[in-house]
Amino acid sequence: MEMPVPKGSVLNRKQELVARLQAVLPDEAVIHEPHETRVYECDALTAYKCAPLAAVLPSSTGEVSEVLKICHDMGVPVVPRGAGTSLAGGALPTADCVILGVAKMNDVLETNYADRYIRVQTGRTNLSVTGAVEEENFFYAPDPSSQLACAIAGNIAMNSGGAHCLKYGVTTNNLLGVTMVLMDGTVIELGGAHLDAGGLDLLGVVCGSEGQLGVVTEATLRILRKPEGARPVLIGFDSNEVAGACVSDIIKAGVLPVAIEFMDRPCIEATEAFAKAGYPMCEALLIVEVEGSDAEIDMQLGVISGIARQHNPVELRESTSAEESAAIWLGRKSAFGAMGQINDYMCLDGTIPVSSLPYVLRRISELSKEYGLGVGNVFHAGDGNMHPLILFDANKSGDLELCEQMGADILKLCVEVGGCLTGEHGVGVEKRDLMQTQFDAVDLEAQLRVKDVFDPDWLLNPSKVFPLSVTQSRREDAA
Amino acid sequence: MAVRQGTVERHQMIRPENEAELSAAIAGANGPLRIIGGGTRTVGRAQGEVLSTAGLSGISLYEPGALTIVAGAGTPLAEIEAALAAENQRLPFEPPVMGALTGAAGESTIGGVVAANASGPRRIQAGACRDSLIGVRFVDGRGDIIKNGGRVMKNVTGYDLVKLLAGSHGSLGVISEVAFKVLPGVEAVTTVVLHGLDDQTAVAAMSAALCSPYEVSGAAHDPHHQKTMLRLEGFAESVAYRSDKLCETLARFGDAAVDDAVDWAVVRDADMFDGGTGDLWRISVKPSDGPRVGAAIGAGRRLYDWGGGLIWAEVPAGFDLREAINGIGGHATLVRGQGCGPVFHPEPAPVAALSKSVRAQFDPRGILNAGIMD
Repeated sequence: MEMPVPKGSVLNRKQELVARLQAVLPDEAVIHEPHETRVYECDALTAYKCAPLAAVLPSSTGEVSEVLKICHDMGVPVVPRGAGTSLAGGALPTADCVILGVAKMNDVLETNYADRYIRVQTGRTNLSVTGAVEEENFFYAPDPSSQLACAIAGNIAMNSGGAHCLKYGVTTNNLLGVTMVLMDGTVIELGGAHLDAGGLDLLGVVCGSEGQLGVVTEATLRILRKPEGARPVLIGFDSNEVAGACVSDIIKAGVLPVAIEFMDRPCIEATEAFAKAGYPMCEALLIVEVEGSDAEIDMQLGVISGIARQHNPVELRESTSAEESAAIWLGRKSAFGAMGQINDYMCLDGTIPVSSLPYVLRRISELSKEYGLGVGNVFHAGDGNMHPLILFDANKSGDLELCEQMGADILKLCVEVGGCLTGEHGVGVEKRDLMQTQFDAVDLEAQLRVKDVFDPDWLLNPSKVFPLSVTQSRREDAA
Repeated sequence: MAVRQGTVERHQMIRPENEAELSAAIAGANGPLRIIGGGTRTVGRAQGEVLSTAGLSGISLYEPGALTIVAGAGTPLAEIEAALAAENQRLPFEPPVMGALTGAAGESTIGGVVAANASGPRRIQAGACRDSLIGVRFVDGRGDIIKNGGRVMKNVTGYDLVKLLAGSHGSLGVISEVAFKVLPGVEAVTTVVLHGLDDQTAVAAMSAALCSPYEVSGAAHDPHHQKTMLRLEGFAESVAYRSDKLCETLARFGDAAVDDAVDWAVVRDADMFDGGTGDLWRISVKPSDGPRVGAAIGAGRRLYDWGGGLIWAEVPAGFDLREAINGIGGHATLVRGQGCGPVFHPEPAPVAALSKSVRAQFDPRGILNAGIMD
């Protein structure tokens, strides 16, 4: 992975930088010894590693502002970090950067049930936001798979999704306001507890900007009352095409499931071997979950099963209890772990129009043969967000590169059918160099101009999202 | 001064028939342009030669099975809604039709809906226009044709300029094409109604309903008829079940009963203010602050939507509404009349500076609906 040459002018002033950071933060919040900074050398994209110059763990918006003022003054790049669970390398350091971690900032600042929001510091984990309101039967809707570990800061940076966003939307649809620190230390508020922007929707562009526009320290999040209940149905088919057609028919019928999950044969086999969930051995499997009262669930599952039967399923299992629901979800939830038992894997995240599902799955299986690498598909079918898992052997020379090449081919395929490179993981460094397959130069330029406004010196997470060749002049002019 | 854009005569307009012509018109413009779709949303005070998007019309892609529709910005809203209705689908955010309110004669276009981020009662459940918008194409002030987002409903590739363009009132670029995630239509709609509540109690009742698990898709209060309305939608059996449960939940506020005659278009379009002469404001606050806003406008007429968080308020011409609600978080936009102060809510200095710089990046000559959001 190509990264910019570290700035000598920054590396040479490490001592001064550390001293200035220590002057505004408690000693333990400034990490600068090489054996300590290694903790921050990568995120969940572990193929790439680079220890930062230093890492800081501020405890307040004020401290974040002080840190950014110093880095701004000294021209030091800053890489914001939530919990470090990015699969796209969003928090990958450069040798001349300061990692700004928000992990210490995890307080609940305000809970307001009457107005249905919660205000938190952004180091708080996704699941613990729901944890804070669960007693009152509320929840925070976006539910990325990493929700036990991932932080709201990273969710906002990547505009994270999850299995249930078909009904509830992704982070941007559930984010009401933020407190954010600009690279020069200015603290701003965007949005609040009210709905919609009074002027330009800057909050809308901040969400999903991968830590390149500012450091979000506090967030106002929409919370929802939990449904009375939820239950899934499991449906097996003997072809991907038929399963895809069934998804489309369910959507057209007017049922709005909270989730429609899809697994293909390689993934079903791996999962069965690993978790023994009792799944049928078939080509494609759907898990469709609906919500409501018991009677409402029965009615909706009835509609869905009726549609499924028209497609001659090889298996149809409506859950009638919490135990049966758990059994149906068991395999899906262990799918990634199961694939990991077979080999190392790379998880892709392209989105496609649902109508292209059969074609894309067929092409992926052809690519799998061409490259000689196994692929399992497990994904959110309702919204077309694919998660092909390409298996490779990290210890075998050249295998990672081969896998990356195949991944690039799959993502190009997603774009070719009218989709996109990433549905919920973000671009980071991983898909940076593919951006030109989806965007023309003017499209990218329009995005870069937004960064020019928020971070004119190009110091915030500067080597992510866009191809380095595209941002080179901006990064160098500013330096 | 609020401009009646619907009265502009056709021969004065620039009317591009495609994106390339739109690009050429903007690149070659010598002075400010005033962009209009159907001319029904007359918010703001832009001046200049009129550039109409009416020629950029037509649905280019509609896949009911993928819940996706793509159309030219000048496509009439009614045409989009008819095409969706034919497949029993709809725009989730229930866009208001504003012509009667603003006194404009034109026909609302989908591009205008997006430029205004116009969202109706279902906003509280299904999100705003910007939440359903999944892709845009637009031409910036240089004449560059730019795309962002696309036609898939989950997309985090690059910055989300889709959200930035929604509600930008033509001040960043002229939108040429929009793509939406749509939703299935419903089998049944009903409204649970409470009568005789004051504003404070009505907002508390709406809050109780919205904090229930019964999926309320509209929560409005008309203080002049003391009528509080809670809408439920879905399959008939489910609606029947939920309306029973909701009536039970709301029993402590009075006799809650089902009323199938409530017309939500009346709430959506704020019909009660049609033909009025006072200044009309649209105010967004957190719902529990709604009654404070209601009290602050004194004798003015008002309507609460979004569970109390959206207040339409008609006040005597020139009344300093922002001063009256000072200290309550949120924003107020002047929809009709002379008002007092700027049309859009003034922002704190650092945010205003960012917005100004963003505009300058997209429209360096300052020719697109110049000053409309100032």
